[in-house]
Amino acid sequence: MRAAVVVFPGTWSDGDCIYALGRVGVEAYRVWHREAPVFAPNDLVVLPGGFSYGDHLRCGAIARFSPVMQSVQAHAAAGGLVIGICNGFQILCEAALLPGVLMRNASLQFRCMPTHLVAENHASPFTRGIVIGRVLAVPISHGEGNYFADATTLDMLEATGRVAFRYADAAGRVNSEANPNGAQRNIAGILNERGNVLGMMPHPERACDPLLGGEDGNAIWQSVLGVVTVGA
Amino acid sequence: MPVDDRTLAQIALSRAEYDRLVAMLEREPTEVELGMASALWSEHCGYKHSKPLFHHFPTTGPRVLTEAGAENAGAIDLGDGWCAVFKMESHNHPSAIEPYEGAATGVGGILRDIFAMGMRPVALLDSLRFGPLSDAHNRHLFRGVVAGIGGYGNCIGVPTVGGEVQLAPEYSGNPLVNAMCVGVGRVEHLLSSAARGVGNPLVLVGADTGRDGIHGATFASVSLDADSSERRPAVQVGNPFLEKLLMEACVELAEQHKDWIEGLQDLGAAGLTSSAVESALRAGTGIDIDISLVPRREQGMTAYEVMLSESQERMLVIPKREHLEDVLALFHRWEIHADVIGTVTGDGMATIRDGAEVVGRAPIATLTDAPQYVVEGRRPAGLDEAHAFDLAALTDLEPARATQALLDLLASENMASRRWIFRQYDHQVLNNTVVPPGGDAAVIWLKGTNRGLAVATDCNGRFVGLEPRIGAQIAVAEAARNVVAVGGTPVAVTDCLNFGNPERPEVAYQLEQSIIGLAESCRVLGTPVVSGNASLYNETPNGAVLPTPTIGMLGIVADVRRALTCAPRAGDTLLLLGATLAQDALTLAGSEYLATAHNTVAGLPRIDLDFEARVQRIVLDAHALGLLTAAHDCSDGGLAVALAECALAGSIGIEAAGAVLGTRLDAALFGEAQSRFLVATQDAEAVRTLAQAAAVPCAVLGLATGDRLRLGPIDAALADIREAHEGGLGRILSGL
Repeated sequence: MRAAVVVFPGTWSDGDCIYALGRVGVEAYRVWHREAPVFAPNDLVVLPGGFSYGDHLRCGAIARFSPVMQSVQAHAAAGGLVIGICNGFQILCEAALLPGVLMRNASLQFRCMPTHLVAENHASPFTRGIVIGRVLAVPISHGEGNYFADATTLDMLEATGRVAFRYADAAGRVNSEANPNGAQRNIAGILNERGNVLGMMPHPERACDPLLGGEDGNAIWQSVLGVVTVGA
Repeated sequence: MPVDDRTLAQIALSRAEYDRLVAMLEREPTEVELGMASALWSEHCGYKHSKPLFHHFPTTGPRVLTEAGAENAGAIDLGDGWCAVFKMESHNHPSAIEPYEGAATGVGGILRDIFAMGMRPVALLDSLRFGPLSDAHNRHLFRGVVAGIGGYGNCIGVPTVGGEVQLAPEYSGNPLVNAMCVGVGRVEHLLSSAARGVGNPLVLVGADTGRDGIHGATFASVSLDADSSERRPAVQVGNPFLEKLLMEACVELAEQHKDWIEGLQDLGAAGLTSSAVESALRAGTGIDIDISLVPRREQGMTAYEVMLSESQERMLVIPKREHLEDVLALFHRWEIHADVIGTVTGDGMATIRDGAEVVGRAPIATLTDAPQYVVEGRRPAGLDEAHAFDLAALTDLEPARATQALLDLLASENMASRRWIFRQYDHQVLNNTVVPPGGDAAVIWLKGTNRGLAVATDCNGRFVGLEPRIGAQIAVAEAARNVVAVGGTPVAVTDCLNFGNPERPEVAYQLEQSIIGLAESCRVLGTPVVSGNASLYNETPNGAVLPTPTIGMLGIVADVRRALTCAPRAGDTLLLLGATLAQDALTLAGSEYLATAHNTVAGLPRIDLDFEARVQRIVLDAHALGLLTAAHDCSDGGLAVALAECALAGSIGIEAAGAVLGTRLDAALFGEAQSRFLVATQDAEAVRTLAQAAAVPCAVLGLATGDRLRLGPIDAALADIREAHEGGLGRILSGL
């Protein structure tokens, strides 16, 4: 497996993702948004954080028209793994690969701070390596991470195991004090119907090295490695 | 052309300066020439009142790679082929008028200074000053500036890792917004901004040119008045998205294709005028620009407007002729405009054309020869009186009130936690932030090595106001102390000199004395001044700002995995290095406690620089021996505040009820004697032995344990301390 890290104009987490993937032994390469390659079936496609197109119009609204998104759509449709982090999550929602939208934080301010996550699904390729009860310390950094969908969609996501992560306190309790942005039902990340596309606001690539404050984010990459043979 | 006084007033050129220009040109200037000269001769670009004082600064050292002032920022050798460039710059007046865009473009401008040298920006810091937050307009400025800094830095993806904020009445209406940037890269990728090679093209890249910011440099060089808000067109609007692309393209150019270009220069104050003219000056060449080739965002712009526009996110590239197409293609691949607008000439002239017509042609030497003024300083009248204030006559703090006094101080606008600010800044992007904001200094990992960069800004304007020379010495010493507290060896300084109108003798005195003090401190601490900026005319009708020579300090952490924070661990012994616990009332001089509890700013701040250097050495030596688990600069707010900050950082109580605090309780708890560190250690005896050998006082405070802070009569639960300190700024900004 290799990781294809997509770079839109304004993306800034590409280098951090490549560094984090390297920490768990995954080779990564950049793909400029104007390219439209056919990704290898086993490749993990990463849409990193940043401000694609400066967040003009709406976060992710312009990036979804980039040629590379056709490749991402095709990869997802073929069952390939796609993870969108922060702005990548916003792009996946704009591209209708995931339901819902990311609204302005309830505080109306940008937030860069530590958060704690609990995995709600332990079967997806991204979360199956995370044992039940484990709390992951993974930071956020966004102004528009307030996940919103209508109640029917939220019920459906919950009923079908598609809520990947919720914000929690350090002890793993999901409550409003632990919600950093006003997200509906403390949702920090969701999966598509097949479970091969994950969007999340927190930055696992920043929690990748004890020197930088922790490495809980690596659990997600390691989950992915658990289902795809390295080097295949 | 006939020039009346009104025109000269608009461009802030005096009649005598105009006459000097005419004499040098041996004719009347054209409109374009007059505009260019007035911008380049402004205080902002020409350093008319500050340059004659720069000779005081130590500017060389074994690690300094650039000549001060020769390039956009100072470069420091980090070893093994790595280097760092850094600089601080002000954006005070734009922020006073339009806080969001003023601060945002301040960040954008300092970033361009760094990547113009081919280095990748890895850290931003901001030193901010406002009037008291009890005033609604000051709160508006504060919120706008913080949002603007975050808006730009977060979008472009460079972490904002540090800085500081101070509030004082003298900054009301004239906030200070000083942005600092640090870039790193390989020494062989350092770029020059010189326009070398006659016949090489001049390529303008980035944003189209509009009417925004015309005469911004001039605006920065006059005092603010009631009509200043009408200067709003002199404020620029930032586009961090475009600058992100520009940054990536320029860094790629430096790292992979340095051989394609001769020079790279940013467009900042005075836009194309200063950019082109200064790059020609550096190379001893000339420039020939056809403004009809400059892409515009508005129709009908005159040559004058094009040459003086301060539209943001623009750079000037000087490619080698044979690589012009390569350079254009590189920028186009990043989806950025790039256009040839002129050529490098060998005639030493700045020739400006509008199509076929020559609209200006003046010698580079004339345009860059700003007049220099030495105003004889006069010691401000109130200083001696302030020094003579009898601090010992103040009623001492009653022991029963000590706990509440600490909680009040911790919640005050100058002492409260800055988390409300830095949680709005992305301080982690690029995955290098080892010590985040909130401590003494931030530490950035230099990936590919074991080293870290420690960075901090500092300046206590109250001290500088009380005695400029000593206050400036303290500003450098404290910035260095901040760097030492995270285990960094201070190596170099950038400064941002914020003062009032230098034509007034009192301000001239403050400026000269501050520069002398700053230079003295830098000499003793071994930190040359490698870059800087002067922002004068920071005045409103109510008077000048506190003299504020802000210091940006760069230090090197030899092993980044051993960077220190101020968080002690359970069982550590806390020591005060550098002073005895008991202090006399004189140490209340200029202190936060004196200002808040007694509503007084008085006294004479003091520092012994040789002693300061010795104390810093002891801390670094103790850390090198592995003796320290935490360290903290003991300064603003005094010992009690510093101890409370340690307790919060470590989430651990401190038991120091038995500390012998002498006869003057307020001075022992809240006095601001210099050259003091709090350190935490598992081996107090070894630290004491080191200190004794260097004749540095070392006092045992107590133990890190439990969940209360006890210091003499102070007894407070950690939760109450946290509530006061963490919630302070949010409460004040809500107007509660």
